[in-house]
Amino acid sequence: MASVETLTREDVLIKEQGFNDHFHDHHHGDKYQTGFLGHYVFSMDHKVIARQFLITGIFWAVVGAAMSIIFRLQLGFPEESMAWLKPLLGKWIEVTDGVGKLSPEFYYALVTMHGTILVFFVLTAGLSGTFSNLLIPLQLGARDMASPFLNMLSYWFFFMAGMVMLYSLFISTGPFSGGWTAYPPLSALPQASQGSGSGMTLWLVSLTLFVVSVLLGGINYITTVLNLRTKGMSLFRMPLTIWAFFVTAVIGVLSFPVLASGFFMLIFDRSLGTSFFLNEIFIGGQALDRVGGSAILYQHLFWFLGHPEVYIIILPAMGIVSEVLSVHARKPIFGYTAMILSILAIAFLSFIVWAHHMFMSGVNPFISNFFVVFTLIIAVPSAIKVFNWITTLYGGNIRLNTAMLYAIGFISMFISGGLTGIFLGNSAIDIQLHDTYFVVAHFHIVMGVAAFFGMFAGIYHWYPKMYSRFMDETLGKVHFWLTMVGAYLVFWPMHYIGMAGVPRRYYSFDTFDAFKHFDTLNKFITIAAIIVFIGQLIFVVNFFYSIWKGKKMTTQNPYGATTLEWTTPIEPIHGNWPGNLPTVHRWAYDYNKDEREFVTQVEPAKEGEVVDH
Amino acid sequence: MEILTVNSKDTLKFNPQLFGLWIGMASIVMLFGALTSAYIVKQGASNWFNIKVPSIFYISTGIIIVSSITLHFASVSYTKSLESIYKILLGATFILGLVFFVLQYKGWNMLFESGVDLKSNVAGSFFYLITGAHALHLFGGMGALVATIINAFVLRFGNDDKRKTRLEMLVHYWHFMGILWIYLLGFILFIK
Ligand code: HEM
Ligand SMILES: [Cu+2]
Repeated sequence: MASVETLTREDVLIKEQGFNDHFHDHHHGDKYQTGFLGHYVFSMDHKVIARQFLITGIFWAVVGAAMSIIFRLQLGFPEESMAWLKPLLGKWIEVTDGVGKLSPEFYYALVTMHGTILVFFVLTAGLSGTFSNLLIPLQLGARDMASPFLNMLSYWFFFMAGMVMLYSLFISTGPFSGGWTAYPPLSALPQASQGSGSGMTLWLVSLTLFVVSVLLGGINYITTVLNLRTKGMSLFRMPLTIWAFFVTAVIGVLSFPVLASGFFMLIFDRSLGTSFFLNEIFIGGQALDRVGGSAILYQHLFWFLGHPEVYIIILPAMGIVSEVLSVHARKPIFGYTAMILSILAIAFLSFIVWAHHMFMSGVNPFISNFFVVFTLIIAVPSAIKVFNWITTLYGGNIRLNTAMLYAIGFISMFISGGLTGIFLGNSAIDIQLHDTYFVVAHFHIVMGVAAFFGMFAGIYHWYPKMYSRFMDETLGKVHFWLTMVGAYLVFWPMHYIGMAGVPRRYYSFDTFDAFKHFDTLNKFITIAAIIVFIGQLIFVVNFFYSIWKGKKMTTQNPYGATTLEWTTPIEPIHGNWPGNLPTVHRWAYDYNKDEREFVTQVEPAKEGEVVDH
Repeated sequence: MEILTVNSKDTLKFNPQLFGLWIGMASIVMLFGALTSAYIVKQGASNWFNIKVPSIFYISTGIIIVSSITLHFASVSYTKSLESIYKILLGATFILGLVFFVLQYKGWNMLFESGVDLKSNVAGSFFYLITGAHALHLFGGMGALVATIINAFVLRFGNDDKRKTRLEMLVHYWHFMGILWIYLLGFILFIK
């Protein structure tokens, strides 16, 4: 425990005003911190589990991004030999006369794995798994999650899901190759393609494990937020991060089971011979006797999860960005209540727009109208959030550190990608744009890149709370500018290609006269993608280097932030606070108030002071 | 399993474990909601025939209702510290649970013999999938029930909070499974 001289104002306040929950009276520590296994592997401490999620997420991000580089090489340089990749990819590179060609089957597998890994393992588990775990107890003044045990299970289910998927990369028929959305019939008939066999079986096993992980995690996050807030932490004093994680968990718990139901039906179709999703199919000229099902039904079930899923990815990033912007602009977040209401509105609307992914699947155009309207309405709460972020920046005393740069970059990406969503949301325009590179550009900017930016902002900002050290700022800024500029160079041109009608997921465009002239642009995109990829390696190096060699954290609250995580000791301890739990007296955003630069949440209100907003 | 709690006036007055269970049940509702919505969507399309539900499923419905009643009174006697009645009622619930499974199994067989198999029509596929998924979830409840029975017979009888919460969770989940079954059967019978 800190010696008397180093007690900060907050330490004293917590000591005097906080409350004793008798946590330290008995030795919890011994139970789950004994030895290496208990501490680092099967840990039940939320701070350790957060880091496990993060590092596993980083692993998957590198794997997923490397895959994209390989298929981008195929798209940008279809003529070049890929023989040099043979040592890595083995039989997936077919060498004839010294010229190596990427097998088309494996190209599809790469695209599929890239999508699955990035969407589920990196941007769902790696993002909300990391930050919900780290911040929910710390920012709410709780000792840990409601159930540390379920929390640990949630991580290990995620881990197993990853292992199964990893294994599928090495089987002889290759991983699943029918796209991350796994539409039938490719996913429902093991004989439909190479990847539809064992690859798809493993894909289903992996994602079923993943659903379990999300449900266990979600149940825990929701329970913790509703039950374990410290004294004084009313719902409308919670930082926006917590609001975002909370709503994310609610969406997850309600939408993932629907995906699971689709999975069960797929499993039946695959192995028990039912025809939920199959009707009048010919394979190799042979008619199958599977009739009566509907492939569209799967699409409904998938997108009923799929659309909320994209908000599961973006909401935590939005929460993180709100917090980082406010701290480093030294201003209260603008429109706190409007922010919360927008989060809730987005969450609600996200459940009634799913068919905008199916305008071209043959759904009734009258029903499409309904989905067009609600899809476009989502732009309203989204815009409110954007205005509030920009207004928060306006007139702020901005510190342009890496975390802040990423938070600002997020706003830029979210605007660019959100605007193209409005194009796509019109079912008539979607006739031209559906399944083209325009869609690829849209969702990579608005979800892929933006969510990564939110994640980076969070990592740079809360790194000291994870490792008691800072990441290197210079490397961080190099990383930022490479990523910011590079990401636009990669995805901006895709809008044009897409408007010209170039379809996504094609192996090559050689035989299409209409699309041939995009070869230079495709080369350009590939080169930009390689540069961005190298930029990410800078981040990885910085991350691991800083764990051991980063600048040490010397004060408890280096950014002058108001939230509770910055009142915990520099070296994290089990139970988070050494003595009493803090008592909260005000909302989370008192910056530049009454001549003081910041007022922490543990500071009691003065006579007549307004402490809620 | 350790559960952390904070006693503060701003948080829910709800036991966190029980609350977590309710969230879990909400996600189960979504699962079955999805299955039954898919059922409606599919039914609207061609190639659907209505199955005649074997009447043995009405008996199993009766059994699961009775099992909820016995479990309810088991929990009441636990609160009143009536140890032996508590044990007997737990055992009765367990037996009724087993009977339910046996009846379901018989029902599936009868349906199969009447010509409705898993594959030939989607209506049949749905019936087996939905009732099977319910049985699987009830199986989880049986697991918890067995654990409670073992505790009841092995541990000394005591009225502590931890055990009370666990019992309460079991009771809630069991009732939930009963209500879910009634919904599913009613759904299959009346949505035509
Ligand atoms: C203003 C808000 C938005 C609107 C109106 C919108 C609209 C749409 C529409 C209509 C499509 C389907 C296009 C097609 O396949 O033809 C689409 C695709 C997609 N959107 Fe958005 N979107 C919005 C924001 C977002 C956000 C915030 C995210 C994620 C964080 C996102 C992620 C995606 C993804 C992943 C896809 C493609 C999925 C796939 O087919 O693989 N969108 N969007
Ligand atoms: Cu969508």
